[in-house]
Amino acid sequence: MITLTIDGKMMDVAPGTTVLEAALAHGIDIPRLCYHPELAPSGGCRLCLVEIEGRPTPQPSCGVRCAEHMVVHTQSDQLTRLRRDTIDLFVSDHPLRCVVCDKNGACDLQRYAYQYGIAETSYEFELSRSLYQEDNPFFVRDHQYCILCAKCVRVCDEVVGANAIDLVGRGFTSHVATPFDGPMVNSSCVFCGSCVQVCPTAALLPVSRLGKGREWELERTRTICGYCGVGCGIEYALKGGTILYAQGYREAPVNGEFLCVKGRFGWDFATHPDRLTQPLVRRALLEDKGQQTEDAEGSSALGPAADFVPVSWETALDLVATRLAAVVQAHGSDAVAGLASARCTNEENYLFQKLLRASLGTNNVDHCARLCHASSVTGLGMAFGSGAMTNPIRDIRDADCILITGSNTAESHPVISYEVVRAVKKGAHLIIIDPRRVPLVDHATLFLQPKPGTDGFIFLAMAHVILREGWADTAFIETRTEGFEAFAQSVEQYTPEVAALASGVPAEHIEQAARYYALGERANGALTSPVMRGRSTILYAMGITQRHNGTELVLTLSNLAMLCGHLGKPSTGVNPLRGQSNVQGACDMGALPNVLPGYQPVSDAAARYTVAQAWESADLPTTPGLTVVEMMHAAVARNVRAMYIMGENPMLSDPNITQVEVALRALDFLVVQDIFLSETAQLAHVVFPAASSLEKDGTFTNTERRVQLLAPVLPPPGAAHADWQILCALGEQLDAKFGHQRRTEDRGATAGRSARRWDYASTAAIMDEVARVTPIYGGIRHARLAGHGVVWPCTSADHPGTPILHTQTFTRGRGMFHAVAAQGPAEQPDAAFPLILTTGRILYHYHTGTMTRRSEGLTWRESRGYAEIHEQDAAAAGIRDGGPVLITSRRGQIRTQARVGQRVPPGTVFLSFHWKEAPANLLTQDFALDPLAKIPEYKVCAVRLERPRSGAHGKPLPLSGEKTA
Amino acid sequence: MRTTIRVGVSTCGLAAGAEAVCSAIETYLHRRQLPVTLQRTGCLGACHREPLVEVMVDGASTLYGPVTPERVTPILDQHFGAGGRGIAADWVVSRRPDKQDYPFLARQVQITTQLCGVIDPSSLDHYLAHSGYEAFRAALRLPPEAIVQIVTEARLRGRGGAGYPTGLKWEHTRQQPGTPKFIICNADEGDPGAFMDRTMIEGDPHRLLEGMLIAAHAIGATQGYIYVRAEYPLAVKALRRAITQAQEYGVIGRNILGSGLDFTLTIKEGAGAFVCGEETALIHSIEGARGMPRLRPPYPSAQGLWGYPTNINNVETYCSVPSIILNGPGWFAGLGTARSGGTKAFALTGAIANSGLVEVPIGMTLRELIVDIGGGCQSGRTFKAVQLGGPSGGCIPTDLLDTRIDYEDLHATGAIMGSGGMVVVDDTTCMVDFTRFFLTFTQDESCGKCLPCRVGTRKMLGFLTRITHGQADQTDLDRLLHLCETVRLGSLCGLGQTAPNPVLTTMRYFKDEYLAHIADKRCPAHVCPLDDGRTMAAASGSNGRVALGTKHTAAVPGPEERQV
Repeated sequence: MITLTIDGKMMDVAPGTTVLEAALAHGIDIPRLCYHPELAPSGGCRLCLVEIEGRPTPQPSCGVRCAEHMVVHTQSDQLTRLRRDTIDLFVSDHPLRCVVCDKNGACDLQRYAYQYGIAETSYEFELSRSLYQEDNPFFVRDHQYCILCAKCVRVCDEVVGANAIDLVGRGFTSHVATPFDGPMVNSSCVFCGSCVQVCPTAALLPVSRLGKGREWELERTRTICGYCGVGCGIEYALKGGTILYAQGYREAPVNGEFLCVKGRFGWDFATHPDRLTQPLVRRALLEDKGQQTEDAEGSSALGPAADFVPVSWETALDLVATRLAAVVQAHGSDAVAGLASARCTNEENYLFQKLLRASLGTNNVDHCARLCHASSVTGLGMAFGSGAMTNPIRDIRDADCILITGSNTAESHPVISYEVVRAVKKGAHLIIIDPRRVPLVDHATLFLQPKPGTDGFIFLAMAHVILREGWADTAFIETRTEGFEAFAQSVEQYTPEVAALASGVPAEHIEQAARYYALGERANGALTSPVMRGRSTILYAMGITQRHNGTELVLTLSNLAMLCGHLGKPSTGVNPLRGQSNVQGACDMGALPNVLPGYQPVSDAAARYTVAQAWESADLPTTPGLTVVEMMHAAVARNVRAMYIMGENPMLSDPNITQVEVALRALDFLVVQDIFLSETAQLAHVVFPAASSLEKDGTFTNTERRVQLLAPVLPPPGAAHADWQILCALGEQLDAKFGHQRRTEDRGATAGRSARRWDYASTAAIMDEVARVTPIYGGIRHARLAGHGVVWPCTSADHPGTPILHTQTFTRGRGMFHAVAAQGPAEQPDAAFPLILTTGRILYHYHTGTMTRRSEGLTWRESRGYAEIHEQDAAAAGIRDGGPVLITSRRGQIRTQARVGQRVPPGTVFLSFHWKEAPANLLTQDFALDPLAKIPEYKVCAVRLERPRSGAHGKPLPLSGEKTA
Repeated sequence: MRTTIRVGVSTCGLAAGAEAVCSAIETYLHRRQLPVTLQRTGCLGACHREPLVEVMVDGASTLYGPVTPERVTPILDQHFGAGGRGIAADWVVSRRPDKQDYPFLARQVQITTQLCGVIDPSSLDHYLAHSGYEAFRAALRLPPEAIVQIVTEARLRGRGGAGYPTGLKWEHTRQQPGTPKFIICNADEGDPGAFMDRTMIEGDPHRLLEGMLIAAHAIGATQGYIYVRAEYPLAVKALRRAITQAQEYGVIGRNILGSGLDFTLTIKEGAGAFVCGEETALIHSIEGARGMPRLRPPYPSAQGLWGYPTNINNVETYCSVPSIILNGPGWFAGLGTARSGGTKAFALTGAIANSGLVEVPIGMTLRELIVDIGGGCQSGRTFKAVQLGGPSGGCIPTDLLDTRIDYEDLHATGAIMGSGGMVVVDDTTCMVDFTRFFLTFTQDESCGKCLPCRVGTRKMLGFLTRITHGQADQTDLDRLLHLCETVRLGSLCGLGQTAPNPVLTTMRYFKDEYLAHIADKRCPAHVCPLDDGRTMAAASGSNGRVALGTKHTAAVPGPEERQV
């Protein structure tokens, strides 16, 4: 510690602390306009000057590090004079139109002008720039208010890594601009709005708030973002019940003040007129009421949305309970299946699987985690014992080497990419292994671009090199792991040359990657510690998991981490980045066919007993149920007769959706619970209108296992209800229907008991029950979650949570090496289908687009789907950039727009799956499931490209042509 | 008979018409089929006598200037024909090989410029013939710390202007852990009226390379950059050629001269921003970012280019090094004062009789330099002041002309050593208007990062403009001085911190001129367009004689070592 004196106050601070940080930490306020705790000091505003004894001139406290015995004065006549003059100069180039300014009351310059009594400039007023730019629907740039603190420029560079803006010009005419002062959309801007967030004046303002209210008139609610799995804290500012803008807040544990474009600007879907406000029932069904589903073939002849009739909740719930009970009675419990939702809360997913298991008696419950990270849950479970991110997101910024593979982090998890950018700015190595040139490659120090489906060879060859060069952490292997010998033997054949031949990546690059990763080398050469290896972390996502051998690939990455001992320490680990706001939680809650809450196997009698007790059930089904894709296959085979789908849209998200449509149409009864009439809901018999995440409380568990509390920002529209309320109501109805039955079947202890198991006072009460039956959530109560949330495992009320897994021992005891062989993709390109299709997300849209395509700004930025095609392939097929293209696989054909370039390598086509007009999953295959995780191989299938003859529109979706968005 | 004719074809020579003179000489030689070598050299420094032609016959030498194409025949006839002796005598500058009969050169001590105007800068052989790369070979035999020790003992200080001890700077970088390390040469000469770097690079580029190589060995750097302004096309060309030659010769590349050392050298052309002479801005510019200074510490020696330890010196500093190695630190230190060793080059311009590049021992007085070497003011005018250090520097009046040229002594006057720009001002110049020129330059070249510099210099210029227009009162003058203090104390980098210097020194020595503008609405030099309409005719003309130029046309040095 360093001891210094500021304004007569002695204080101890850590080495490296700046004078400004020390002062602020000890309650001494120093005026400042360009300082931001997350940005490198700039020293441009000159307001934070202080006097340091022994130095002839005042020093910027933001840039001077504390030194032993330093004596600092933050107040003096000279400093006051300098600060007054500085503010005077600022306002000579800044109109003091505070009374009509949206930032009135929240403007830093206004605050200091007030503090130092500067009512107007004493110099000649001269505006350096008066340009007003409103070239996008997200924010305006009003240059007259810009004070050139350059926080916007720095946040764009240092945190976001977009480098869309910079200072331009010299002297007095310096200003912030995009390249050549063009519109934002022509720059590299990602519209995250971080610049708006950090702007101290009204130079950058969200469009949504312009002229609608002053700061002190706004109410604020903090909740967790409903989009991806990062779990950003967002503060919504409202006036009169209307959201004026959203922003990050410094205390948010994951993201601080920073958000992505979807989080900051994509909230307007919640008030879109398309929102479902009443339960809907198919007209034919109402007329048929009381008939057995077998006879109701006509009701499956589904037509357009106009066939739906709004009904009361009583009618809808009664109908659903009756129909589901009828199916169970006629065909058994396992003729019902349910899809829970990664976008609903923990409490809701818990109730959903409880409803399926306890009320309907089936383990046929799954959700879209099956389609994204099932292989992580399986693979990491086999290797370590816990199928989740091992380390916190905030750790990433301090890593020495980051290996990203199969993750387009900057578009799918933008706020995590900010952590990566920060690490790289500090000198970390960034290795990216991806068939696509994803945006983060701009920041990479090493980019390996394998042919799709061949990355496994590279990971194995890296292990080979690490062993060959003696870079393995033998002590870690010896004391913490098992199965090493077989593994070591298995990688002997995978030399870098073998991998180079298979993947097309030069052997030299594979060796470099092995070295950087194994030793945790930094790109700037500075070792954090001369004796120990650096900290290396692996981030991966669906490029690894959505593969027919996804589990094996996850095991391979786990092997690498264990081999180098990069586990159980800060800034290391194996980290699957999960895609939806509560996909981690939905898994944790047991919305999976083989496990009860907390990953307790359904075959485990003891666990089943505990849960059954809490659920007031006699017993629970013992055999694992069907997974998502298996459910669809079973529906086609008429083994599954009814489905309950909560907040999922398999008609766009599942592979081979032609088959999905056949499956859903084959059902006798389909209930869909959603916030919009999704493509799937359009096939339903009954639709329940649900509340969005902006309209409910409960908890989400983010990708780093942090359980965080939601708060309602808006009321649900019309008669829509939170999913947990719908589930409780339905659960009661089902119990009522089955109550009689159970008695007659003499199901033992529960017979005749009045069911209280659906009677919860609040979501907090649901979580209390979760904690009772879920050991890893044992200590989690809503009351504990305010602020930072809690990271599971948290087994008791006094357990602090576990941000880093496997610190002393692995969850399963010793970490398990698995010998794995490399495999190519299941569907190889051939003469008829010579190219490889790979699928994913884009920044501006989310999943099947139900929310983002109803956001005005997001749709403005990206309004239609497109295919990324390499220029060689485009030229061969006669396809031009921006022109139409037909893409055909063995399963279907779509027509979309071509984006020709070099982002994909030759022979590869990329499609995002957000677009109902050109659904990528019409092409993907569902036959090659990972044998363990049952995940389909979305990432690789064979296709061909054609230039469409006029009039060819691809195979239309059954319901396309209906207006949404 | 061994005969060589040298013509100076640096930027200054070419501007004066040296190319036409060369053509005339070639025509003359061709016509007579004379076995004479025409050698194109750099600038000898005597820019006021350009174009210069030196005829060397069997060890005898005659230097002529200014030479026009018409004068070529009469001059060469004296040596090769039957032309009447004496016709060309008026054009003779010197008749001795050592030029000791030419006062402009006789009083100089040329170390960094010793081969300028002597060798053909495009010829590596010429450089080698004058002990070229011998210092580097000697240095390779020494351990790095011994080289640092020699440079320290030589009392070499940064010639960019701030005068930081070079040995100490090298030692800082040498001791940094981590690799790679970089060295950078700051050749972003930006001060109005300065052309030291340009002359040295155009006239003797290998000297700079050799100095950098010695520094690289001393520091442990494996990569070097020369940041040179793009407005110096001849210098850039000379450097490119020299680097290629050095690579072929084997002093740049891998395993240099079998020593195991690797060194690469890259040229980075600046894009016309004055502030890129500031070392942290220069580093940003090399990195591809906008050239803006950043807070120091960390200094470049700890975190420089791409975050690696980096040593930055200017051209003259590196060019001093080979001679120090060859002649020993004692010799170099002995040339200067107790605080600073060696020599300093100055670009002598303005209302001076003998304009040009001069190199003098540190410790010489300003009077010796301006009067004895420079020949005083141009005919008929009275010396008024000399401006040192460009827009960061200050004016020194007549009664301080006996000040010694030394970092500390010059600083005491309110001026600075600077990088070597020296503009002489006579009685036709208005000091307020002169100051206003520098502020125009500074506020134009401010990078915009910090407020006092960006807006403060703008307002300072506003006050000065009001004064020169006769619109100011005493309050304005007080407020100007107050603002000078804010800008000096408040600015982030040297550009802003020193921007008030021209105002402060002229207020110190020429306050009466300010008061005349304010109280009497009168411009004593009859230059300013005062509001009462008494605009001095030809004011702009007389003022324009001081070849100040702009950033794009003037020859100008970087304030490399400005302190923040």
